[in-house]
Formats: sequence, C-alpha cells, structure tokens
Amino acid sequence: MSAKAEALGGVEESKLSPQFHVAHHFDKADTQFDAGRMGVWLFLVTEILLFGGLFCAFAIFRSKYFPSFVEAHHHLDRVMGGINTIVLISSSFTMALAVRSAQKNEKKKTTILLAITLACAAMFLVVKYFEYSHKIHDGLLPGGNFTAADFASGHPGIFFAIYFMMTGIHGVHVVIGMGLILWILLRNQKNEFSSRYYAPVENVGLYWHLVDLVWIYLFPLLYLVG
Amino acid sequence: MANTATVDELGHSPEVRGKNYLNQTAGVWSWLTTVDHKRIGIMYLVSVLVGFGLGGIFALLVRLELLTAKKTIMDASQYNQAFTLHGAAMVFLFIIPSIPASLGNFFLPLMIGAKDVAFPRLNLLSLYLYWIGAIFMLAAIVTGGVDTGWTFYVPYASGVSTTSVISATFGVFVMGFSSILTGLNFIVTLHKLRAPGMSWYRMPLFLWSLYATSIIQVLATPVLGITLLLLIFERAFHIGIFDPTLGGDPVLFQHFFWFYSHPAVYIMILPGMGVATEILATNARRRVFGYKAIAFSSVAIALVSFLVWGHHMFVSGQSELSSAIFSFLTFFVAIPSGVKMFNWLGTLWGGSIRFTVPMLYGIAFLFLFAIGGLTGLFLGMLSVDLHLHDTYFVVAHFHYVMMGSTAIAFFGGLHHWWPKMTGKMYDEKLARVGFALTFIGFNWTFFTQFILGTRGMPRRYYNYLDQFQPLHAFSTYGSWVLGTGFLITFICLARSLKTGAPAPADPWGGATLEWKTASPPITENFEKAPIVTLDAYERPAEETA
Repeated sequence: MSAKAEALGGVEESKLSPQFHVAHHFDKADTQFDAGRMGVWLFLVTEILLFGGLFCAFAIFRSKYFPSFVEAHHHLDRVMGGINTIVLISSSFTMALAVRSAQKNEKKKTTILLAITLACAAMFLVVKYFEYSHKIHDGLLPGGNFTAADFASGHPGIFFAIYFMMTGIHGVHVVIGMGLILWILLRNQKNEFSSRYYAPVENVGLYWHLVDLVWIYLFPLLYLVG
Repeated sequence: MANTATVDELGHSPEVRGKNYLNQTAGVWSWLTTVDHKRIGIMYLVSVLVGFGLGGIFALLVRLELLTAKKTIMDASQYNQAFTLHGAAMVFLFIIPSIPASLGNFFLPLMIGAKDVAFPRLNLLSLYLYWIGAIFMLAAIVTGGVDTGWTFYVPYASGVSTTSVISATFGVFVMGFSSILTGLNFIVTLHKLRAPGMSWYRMPLFLWSLYATSIIQVLATPVLGITLLLLIFERAFHIGIFDPTLGGDPVLFQHFFWFYSHPAVYIMILPGMGVATEILATNARRRVFGYKAIAFSSVAIALVSFLVWGHHMFVSGQSELSSAIFSFLTFFVAIPSGVKMFNWLGTLWGGSIRFTVPMLYGIAFLFLFAIGGLTGLFLGMLSVDLHLHDTYFVVAHFHYVMMGSTAIAFFGGLHHWWPKMTGKMYDEKLARVGFALTFIGFNWTFFTQFILGTRGMPRRYYNYLDQFQPLHAFSTYGSWVLGTGFLITFICLARSLKTGAPAPADPWGGATLEWKTASPPITENFEKAPIVTLDAYERPAEETA
C-alpha cells in the first residue's frame, strides 16, 4: 500500500472517484480531503488552547488555595464522574469504529455505531444533569450564588467556579458533538458515504475524540486529585 | 501559443472577457450569500473602513477634549467612554481585521494562483461573525457605552463599572472567532492550494507575513476567548477568578489578556510589513533583497511574540526576575524586525525607484516604523519603563506602530491594489495631497506626545496640569490635519469609482501573480490555473533585458 493510500485510511487514491462533489477550487478530491482534515486539526488546536486557559486558572488557584481545593473536590461524586468517563471513552471507541465502517462501505454498521455513540453522549449529559442538580441543591454554585456554609477553608466558591466553567463548556461541546453526530447519521442514511467519500465522518470523529480527551483530563483533575 | 483572435493577452477567452467578480451577478443578496473571496474581501474592506471612521471620530473627540486643561466638550465619564470606544473600535473593528481580512482575503488566493480560499463558506461565516461582534459592540455604545479602556482591566470591568461591559466583551469574543477562522482558512489555503510551481520560497512575502499572522491568530485568540468568557461570568455571577475582594487575582487577568494581546500587536503589524514589502519591491523594480531573511523573520516574530507578554506588567508587582526575563526576551523581537528593516533598505539600494502614491506610503512606513520600533526598546528597558510607564510616551509609541506603521501600510496597500480591486485609477495628485496631510498630521499629533510623555504627562487623564496645555493643544491641531488627510484620501478613492480611468491589468509593472489577471479579476481569478516558473519577484527575461 502506498504512503498516500495509508494517509487516506487504506483507500487507494484511484478509488476516490468523482462521484461526489469536489468543490470548484480544488484540483482533485484528495486535496479537498486533506484540506478538510488539516482545517479540523487546526480547529482542535484552538479548542485545546481555549481549555488551556481554564487549566491554567485551575493550576494557579489550586496552589493559592490548596486546602480549599482539597476540601471542595470531596464534594464531587467520583462514581458519577467515573461512570461518565467510561461512557465517554466507550463513545469515542464506537465513533472510531463508525469511521472505519464508513470507510468499508458498511452503511448499516455505521448507523448502529453512530447511534450507540449518540446514546452514550446522551447518557453523559443525563449523569451530568444529576450531578449538577445535586450541586445546585447543596448550594455549591460558584461565586455570588455560593450558599453552602459548612466549609472550613476560605474561597471554596472558586473551585466550583472553575468546576462549572470547565464542565459547562465541555458540556456545550458534548451538545454540539451530538448535533454533528446526528447530522452524520442522517447523511449516512441517505447513502452519502462510501469508501470513496467519508471525510465528514472522519472529521466529526476527530472532534468527538477531542471532547473525550478533554474529559479524560478533567476527570482526574477535578474529581481525583486531592 | 493560442490564437490571439480568440484569446487576449491575459489568456482570457471571449466567453469571460468583460465579465468580472463585480458584474458576474448583481443584487445585494448575491453579495450577502457570495462565497467568492474577492467579494468577501471587499465587504470586509467596507466594514473595517466604517470601523476606522467610527474610531477616528472618537479620536478627534478625545483630542478636542484635551485641547484645554479642564473640561472642554465633555465630562469625565464621557471622556472615559470616548477613549475606550476609540481604542476598542480601532483595535477590534479596524486594525486586527484590516489587512488580513480585506486585502489578505482578496489577494491571498490570487497571489498563489488559486481559485479561492480553502473553505469559502467558512470565510463568509467569518465575515458574519465579525458583523455580529460589531453589532454587540455598537449595542454597548448605544446602551450606556463602555468606560473600562479597551483592555477591560479587572476588577474595574468585572465589578465596578456600570456601563455595558458584557455586551462589548461578548462582541470582542465573537470577533475573536472570526479572527481564528480567517487564520485557519489562510493556513490551509497556503498549504493546499498553491498553483503548480508555486513553492513556499516563490510566494510573495506578503503571504509569508499573512502565514505568520495566521499562526498567531490561531494560537493566541482562543486564550483571549476564554479570558473574556471568564470576565463575563465574573461580572454576571461574581465568581471570584479575577476580583481580589472575592479571592481572585487581577494580575492573572493581565497575564491572560496580554498573552493574547501582545501577540495581537504582531497580528496588527506583520501584515503591514508584508504590504510594505510588496510596495517597495514593485516600485523599486528589484527582487527583494534577502527574500528568505524577510520570510523567516516574519515567522520568528510570530514565535517570539508569545514570550514577551510580561513586558506589559513591569509595574504590576510581578517578581523582578520575571520582569528582567521578559525585558530580555522583548529585545529579541528587535532582531527579526531589524533584519526586515535592513532588507527593505537593501531592496531600495540601487533600485530604479518610482515615487508612486503607494511608494510614498511605503517609504513613510519605513520612517514611522523605525521610530515606533526604536521607541519600543525604550519601553522594553526596565529602568526606563519605570519612568515612562503609563505616560503619553507609551501612547505615542503604540500609535507609531499601529497607526503610523500598520494603518499607513494598509492605506498604501489600498492605493497599490485599488486599480486591481476596482478596475479604476485614482487621481494621483489628490492622493498625494491626502498622503502628505496624513503624514504631516500624524507626526504633528504623535511626535508631540513623545515629548509630553517624557515630561510626565500620564495617559488616560481627563484633566491635567496647566504646564502640559501648550503641547496638548499643539497635538490636537495636528489631529485636525491628520483627519483632513484621511478625509481627502477617502474622497479621492470614492471619486475614482465614478470618474476614474479604467485600470490596466498591471499599472505598476508588478512581478507577482495578481497582476497577471484582469482588473478587476474574473470570478475564478484565472481562466486557467497559472503554472509558476519564476522565483518570487523575478520578472521574465524579456522584461528585464
């Protein structure tokens, strides 16, 4: 197999047929494919930097208010966080399989795998909903809305401010990801993808892996490290 | 060689002759839904000029207020709003998108021989995000203004100010996305859509500067995004990240803000350097001296730009060691900037220079950038900065860099490429008058402020000691000359649209690809994808013989 074909996920270049639409400004299909993939990777870099600011803030306030952060992190539910981690890693796995099956022209399998991914994402949000409502009930909202009184250390609100910002922005990414996966699922139903054309599936997959990856860092940082 | 009866000198067949991107389709809707990078570039151009006009009006008002030592035309809080809106409009509405989004969008694909940018629809989305962000900023002006300064420093912006901070910062947040997407689009375009034969080292240097700019846009802007989100949440919910009364750290905001905004200074200046290079190379009719040195110095500036943000915080209470390190690193930026300066001069040396209007702007750029850059070294030096910090010296310095260099390069580029974009020549004489008044007015206004600064006049002050009054008045008179210069330039360009003579394909004898297509270009730029056989700025043998 040529290096080029390897880069295209095992599909020989010649198999990229002109059946699907190549935009007028690309000379050939694989230029379009490469450009799309490069664009998504660059976009993911910006996403990491966006979360990077929050990780930075976390590191600074953790060293500044260490006792408070240790105390506050015990109020997070490790079991729920753990379940969500498993759910999200599983969804990332099924997403990767969906890309593979799209490449292999297995339309039905792709549909099933995307549906499972979607279900996992929904389950993540349901667990998150229970976690959030529990926090709200306990008065652990950040800043001015923080009402829990039984804290020994000062400024516990800052931990929850960062917690809600990080998980909230991550949650928004999950919701956007669900929209994208649904869009891919519907297009797959319309027979739009094949071994010749699966770029949108792969690009949505890349995005979804990032959503998973961010959570994999968030979980130990917020829930486990004391 | 094709038959000349069917193909004109540019290789255009009869089917496309007379058609161009402007008249291909008509109607407002065809513009608002276009994916043609040239139309999007023109819409950006109009938008950033409106932003420039808005910022300019506030600038004139601020200067007018400072004509006398006490109240002249507005009260203190109106003055705070006026200079905030001047800064925010100029930085976010005009100068950051100015060259990349308007001239860059228009000429980047043309200069590499591509039909469009890699993601045309994303390009249109960038424009809409810019407009949405601008609407939020305008909404802030209408619903009570903003008085925080364009830097939105906390805790004033997060807790004290009673003005529309959230609307303004959200506007900037949305415009940040626009900036990121434009940068991303350019990077992919330059990597994937260069015409056959257009290697990296054959690209015009304007594109290297846009490439370096795009890297900064993609890597720095997300940090500004999260910082503004935190600020918005801090203001809405009092979350205590930045507000010291809630346990937050206001210096953290400065670190975050300048981690973006110092690189953003290079988002502003790098494209200006690129435009200047094109103007100088075209009008000296020479190949650029030290091509690779200029190309790599752009990338070097982009990389070093990420390491110097702490020089904005010498007096913020950061450790002396940090300050010393940031001072040391700051001087590094002078090296690639100096390399560029010497290469520009080397390009002019022995060239057959023509003093066209763009060339006047190009030479003014060299002059003003030298002053702006060298005074930056004063401020990068710790001991000197302690004296000059937050004085008019700083104001004069960054106006020389942002306005004197970038805006002058932008207007130079506008004149340079105006015939290509519009298909019309402008009135040379009137353009020269506009240029002369701009150049004189600019130095009149801002060189005065260097003197004010060294004498201790602090920036942002509404009232001041009587001893500063003569210099302030002098600076204000200069601003009127400057304003007149821009007005004449604007009239000159606007008039050319109606009465200008039709522009030839290559009015200046340029060596880059954009001059090899019609003025204005056809919708897909070139009828047949060009095949590049010459090095950058190299002219065909018969021309140079």
